[in-house]
Amino acid sequence: MNANFRFWLGAAGLGLALVAGLRLLGNDYGYFAGYFVLQYVVLAGAWNILGGYAGYVNFGAAGFMAAGAYSAIVVRQWLGWDLIPGIFAAAAVAGLLGLGTGYLTLRLKGVYFSIATLCLAVVLQTLVVNWDYVGGSRGAYIIHARDIPPFNSYSEMLFIVMLVLAIGTTGIGRAVEMSRLGRGLQAIRDNERAAEAVGVPTLRLKLVATTLCGALMGVAGAPLPYYSGYLNPEAAFSLAYAVNAIAMPLIGGAGTWAGPVIGAVLLASLQQAATVTISSALNLWIVGWMLVVFVAVAPRGILGWFRRRG
Amino acid sequence: MSEVFFRAHGVGKRFGGFVALAEVDIELRAGERLGLIGPNGSGKSTFVNCISGDFAEHEGQVTLDGVSLGGLKPHRRARLGMARTFQLPQPFNSLSVLENVRVPLLFAGHAVEATDRAMACLEQVEMADKARKLPKELTQVEQRRLELARAIALNPRLLIADEAMAGLSNAEVDQIIALLFKLNEAGTAVIMIEHIMRAVTAFSERLVVFVAGRKIADGLPRDVLALPEVEGAYLGKQ
Repeated sequence: MNANFRFWLGAAGLGLALVAGLRLLGNDYGYFAGYFVLQYVVLAGAWNILGGYAGYVNFGAAGFMAAGAYSAIVVRQWLGWDLIPGIFAAAAVAGLLGLGTGYLTLRLKGVYFSIATLCLAVVLQTLVVNWDYVGGSRGAYIIHARDIPPFNSYSEMLFIVMLVLAIGTTGIGRAVEMSRLGRGLQAIRDNERAAEAVGVPTLRLKLVATTLCGALMGVAGAPLPYYSGYLNPEAAFSLAYAVNAIAMPLIGGAGTWAGPVIGAVLLASLQQAATVTISSALNLWIVGWMLVVFVAVAPRGILGWFRRRG
Repeated sequence: MSEVFFRAHGVGKRFGGFVALAEVDIELRAGERLGLIGPNGSGKSTFVNCISGDFAEHEGQVTLDGVSLGGLKPHRRARLGMARTFQLPQPFNSLSVLENVRVPLLFAGHAVEATDRAMACLEQVEMADKARKLPKELTQVEQRRLELARAIALNPRLLIADEAMAGLSNAEVDQIIALLFKLNEAGTAVIMIEHIMRAVTAFSERLVVFVAGRKIADGLPRDVLALPEVEGAYLGKQ
């Protein structure tokens, strides 16, 4: 049995176990909490492709995620199509946005690139706030059916969709890591000038990475209006997405396919626990402290820490 | 005598009002060993950056096997047969020694045999036993060898060794010279940019001297080093 088969078999088994476990629990909250965590698995995995492998820190995750969410709303309002076509539209729109951003910004390096991506999110938010078709600053509502057979509930359906997206994103991250693309991105992260000098087409690889990263971030955002039933720019462009997209891979272990999964599960679960026990206002506080602790104790994240000790 | 395969004609580079390099003409024959010397700031590295594509904009023309390299990015030039090393070793630190050498092969259409070819390159520079190590675990001379292995992975026609011996002991310098001779014997032309005169004179069959961004001499090493203007400008004698 080869490693690829083992990975997909393991992921499918884990996914089925999660669905079965939540069905046994029989509580809608389980699906909502699970969705919250899995959404961050997708977002962190997407960020990791450009930030983890290539070393280009994208501060604009919220912008790409919102682009995905609003693409799903537009598809719904314009064509009357539901979630699944909305996810494909989100991938296309956010992927193109990533490609365009790459063309405009990839000649920038380090902090200049990061600031440019942050600006992108601000520009997008301004556009959406002034776009009445998607509700402008008032926001937009998505009214969906209560139940969708064969699923037990709409929440279960959303959870399963996000589960599939999370497994898919993790699989894509793993495939990138093991491919020529991944090796090229790692070479770029380590030394871009040397990579170019030995024949690595650095600009092309970075454009592939920004497109893939953007598309997957958009995919993470597409179900968001269906999850909350209502979306306004403040929620869609929330700082929490931008911060978590960076913090989760860094804490789990950036530049590895498993790192973002570990970081997302750990941080999102902690935030979810804080939300229901204390207050969601503590979420960013938790992320901030976790980042401080990990930068001091395990700068290469949880995976890096274990590898060093091993 | 073999044919000229590399031509740099009228190569120049300005940074604002400062002329770093002016109207440099250099030709190279297949398998030739050229030493490029000059005081600090004379334009040697600027010339290397112009011909290797690091400086996209410069004056003059550069051709390799009759193909103009104008507008080509460094990675395209590398695939056409131009390789370089850097003044300070610049390995891919998160990748093993073997992976460092595999990277150029993966992007040049040799993905299937990349590991075998990378190992062959490492054997050529006597680093096969270090294949699984990370660059940070290597000594300085080993890092230089790794740079050379990575540079020769694509069987370049021209290797530009930019101060490949800086900071090495005498014994280590001899090791690198021997290695460069070995690569040259396999047919690779070498431009050696170096401040260590012992290495330059031992290796080069032709010497070019830059001073203040201009080529002031080009010929056999013993003739060039005997020129009064070279002695005055480079060796500090009147």
